[in-house]
Amino acid sequence: MTEPTLSAWVAIPAAILLMLGGIIALIGAIGLLRLKSFYARMHAPTMGATLGAGCVLLASMIVSSTVTHRAVFHELLIAAFLTMTAPVTAILLMRAARNRTGM
Amino acid sequence: MNELLDLASGFAAACFMAAVLLALVRLFRGPRAQDRVLAFDSLYIAGMLTLLTLGIRARSAVYFDLALLIGLFGFVGSTALAKFLLRGEVIEP
Repeated sequence: MTEPTLSAWVAIPAAILLMLGGIIALIGAIGLLRLKSFYARMHAPTMGATLGAGCVLLASMIVSSTVTHRAVFHELLIAAFLTMTAPVTAILLMRAARNRTGM
Repeated sequence: MNELLDLASGFAAACFMAAVLLALVRLFRGPRAQDRVLAFDSLYIAGMLTLLTLGIRARSAVYFDLALLIGLFGFVGSTALAKFLLRGEVIEP
């Protein structure tokens, strides 16, 4: 099967979004590993969970819409789900840490 | 232009896999339980993004369903762990 050649108007924005998302998620993971206290570590991976995931989902929407020749929107499902669930986990975890360390 | 997209998606997949490895290091090293739960939370998100990037690379829609399932079950798992740390019980009567 020969896959269709993507035009530059699709490939360049998708490539830029992918590389940006990868770099942002990597910076978040390095922050998760290197920061000193738990409360400082809490905020580092949220960058990858929001901005990195947004970049990758947008690139996925662009590429799959071009490949299938119709508008593909179901990546918005993951985006909405992530923006709804990430704060819930963060609040529960932060409250648990505050209870356990007795602040 | 396919080579450019393959290069970029390979780079992004390598970045996300490195993020998974760094989160694994924090998962094993984390001094307390809340650090481990936080590392698990960022691990499943990085794994989900790896799957999405591989889906872009393969031009396939199958990876999307896997990513959605990982997102759903990862949220349930990390929320249950955080709730257990908070109250000592996941579902309270």
